[in-house]
Amino acid sequence: MDILQQLASDYTLRTVAAGAAVLGLTSGALGSFAVLRRQSLLGDAMSHAALPGIALAFLLTGSKAPLVLVLGAALAGWLGALLVLSVTRSSRVRMDSALGLLLSVFFGFGLVLLTIIQRRPDANQAGLESYLFGQAAALLAGDVLLMTAIALVTLFLLLAAWKECKLLAFDREFGESMGLGMRKADLLLTTLLVVSIVIGLQTVGVVLMSALLITPAAAARQWTDRLSTMVVLAGVFGALSGVTGAVLSATANRLPTGPVIVLCAGAMVALSLLAAPRRGVVWQRLREFRSGRRLRMDAVLLDLYALSAQHEVPGHPHDRRVLDMMARPTGAAKRSLRFLLERGYVVRTASREWALTEAGTERARELLRSPRGGGSGS
Amino acid sequence: MNDATGSPRAPAIEVRDLTVAYREHPVLWDIDLVVPPGVLMAVVGPNGAGKTTLIKAILGLVRPAAGDVLIHGRPYGEQRRLVGYVPQRGSVDWDFPTSVLDVVTMGLYGRLGWFRRPGRDERRLALDALEQVSMADFADRQISQLSGGQQQRVFLARALVQDAQVYFMDEPFQGVDATTEKAIVALLRDLRARGRTVLVVHHDLQTVREYFDEVLLLNVRRVASGPVPQVFTEDNLRLTYGGRVAFLDVASAAGGT
Repeated sequence: MDILQQLASDYTLRTVAAGAAVLGLTSGALGSFAVLRRQSLLGDAMSHAALPGIALAFLLTGSKAPLVLVLGAALAGWLGALLVLSVTRSSRVRMDSALGLLLSVFFGFGLVLLTIIQRRPDANQAGLESYLFGQAAALLAGDVLLMTAIALVTLFLLLAAWKECKLLAFDREFGESMGLGMRKADLLLTTLLVVSIVIGLQTVGVVLMSALLITPAAAARQWTDRLSTMVVLAGVFGALSGVTGAVLSATANRLPTGPVIVLCAGAMVALSLLAAPRRGVVWQRLREFRSGRRLRMDAVLLDLYALSAQHEVPGHPHDRRVLDMMARPTGAAKRSLRFLLERGYVVRTASREWALTEAGTERARELLRSPRGGGSGS
Repeated sequence: MNDATGSPRAPAIEVRDLTVAYREHPVLWDIDLVVPPGVLMAVVGPNGAGKTTLIKAILGLVRPAAGDVLIHGRPYGEQRRLVGYVPQRGSVDWDFPTSVLDVVTMGLYGRLGWFRRPGRDERRLALDALEQVSMADFADRQISQLSGGQQQRVFLARALVQDAQVYFMDEPFQGVDATTEKAIVALLRDLRARGRTVLVVHHDLQTVREYFDEVLLLNVRRVASGPVPQVFTEDNLRLTYGGRVAFLDVASAAGGT
C-alpha cells in the first residue's frame, strides 16, 4: 500500500509511471505483429538505428526538445528498416545478416556522433547519452502528454487497418493475389512499429527498447489463440511492466528505470512460458505425464487380456510378475495395476493374483477396435 | 455468366511469352498457354520445373521478365476479382493465433477493400464455404489443431468464398488423406459443373487421367498442353521428366489404369 500511496503523492513518480504505461501499451500491441511476422530482430535493428538519428537531429537543430529528437530517431529507424528490406531483396545477404549489419553500423555511427557532440565546447550537449539506456526520471508531464497523443494515433491506425495487418502477418501473398495493397499495409505497420519504438527511447533507451516489443508479445502469445486477445494482453503486459518497473526503480535505491522495466517484462514472460494453460511448460509436462500413464495402463490391460485369452475363462487370474515381465519398462506394471484397480477394470483374487473384470474385458476389446489403440477414455 | 467475365468466347486463362528469371537464371522460358473456360487443368512437371512460379507469375506475385496474362480476355490487373488462389499449405504459419472461420473470411477481404470490416454477411458466406468442405464443425477451432487434410480444406474454403471464375491451386493434394483427396476431387468437379476454370499444380501422375480434362506438361519450357488423351502420352512425359524418367512408371501413368 505504501507504493500506491507514493504513486498517488509523488508527482515525478506518477509522471514516469504514466509514461512507462503508455510506452508499454503501444510497444506491446505493435510488438505482437513484429513477433508474429518473425520480425523481432527488425525492431531491435530499428531501435539501434535510431541513435544516429537522435544525434543528427541535435547537431542539425541544436535543440534537445524531445519532439525534435524523436523525429530524428523515427526517420533514422525507418530508413534503417527500408535499408534492411532493400538489401535482402536485391542481394544475396540474408535477413539475419542484414539486420546484424545494419544494427551495428548504425549504432556505431550513433556512438561516434555522440562522442563528437560531447567534445563540443558548449554546455548544452549534456544528456544526449541518456538515450542509450533511457532516463525515465527526466520525463516531464509534457513529454508524457506527447507520448500519449502519438500512442493514441498509432493504436487508432492499427485498429482501422486491423484486417489488413492481420492478413499481412498471416498470408501476405494471398492478400496480394486479391489486390489488397499488402505493400501499403507493410509500410503502415512498419511505420507504426517505428513510432512505438521512438516513443520509448527517452524512457528505456535504444539498447533495451526492442525487449519491450518482443517480451510482452511473447508472454501474451502463451495465454491465447486469438490475435485480438493477444494484442490487448501484450499491451496490458507492457503497461504493467512499465508501471511496476517505474515504481520499483523509484522505491528500491533508485535503480535505473529502463532496465528494471525490461526485467519486469522478462519476469512476466518467464511466468507465462511456465504456467500458461495448454502452451505452458508445466501444463505440457503434466499432459505428457498423464498420457504416458494412460498408455502404460492400457498396455497392462491389454497384456492381461492377451494372457486370459489363452484360457477358457476371460477373467483368468495371473501373477503380477508375469505382467511385470511383459511391461515396458520391465517391472512397471505395479502402478498401472493400481490405477486399473481404482477404475474397476481389474480385481485382485484371494491368491494375490490379478484378473480382468467384465468392464476390463470390455475396455480391452474397445482398445483393440479403435485404430489408435487408445481413445479418449479415462 | 455475368458481365464482369468479359468476352464469353475468350479463353479463361491466356498466357503469352511468359518468361521469369531469378538472377539471369530462367525459371520459366517463353510460356504460351491457353485454358478454355470450364476446364480442370493439371500442371505437371519435375521439381524445379517452375510450376509454382507459373502460378505466382500469373497472379502477379512474381515479376516476370516478359509476357502477358489475360483472364477472360482482359489483363490480369483488371480481373483480380475473377481469380481465386489456393497457395501451398506450407506457405503459412499454422500456429498463427486465429480461428478456422477467420481464415476463411480472409477470402472476402479483397471484396471488402481497405478499412471495411467483415460483418454478419461475411460470416454467413464463410460458414457456407466451410459447409461445402465439410468443415463447418471446425469453424471456431484454432488453426494449429487441424490435421494436414483439414488445413487444406480450410484453404479451399477460403478460395470458395472468393466466388471466383478462375482458380489457381498449388498442390492441393499434397500430403492429404484419401478422404480429403476424394472431397477435393468432388469439389473440383462441382466447380467445373458451375463453369469455373481450375488450374491445379499436381504431383501424382497416376491420377491425372482420372481427375483432369487438360494437362500442361512443364519443365521450364512448355513441353505440351491440351486435352489429356492427346497430350498425356509416354513420349511427352519422357520429354518432360528427362533422365529422371526411370523413377516413374510412365507407361502405366500415360496408359491410364
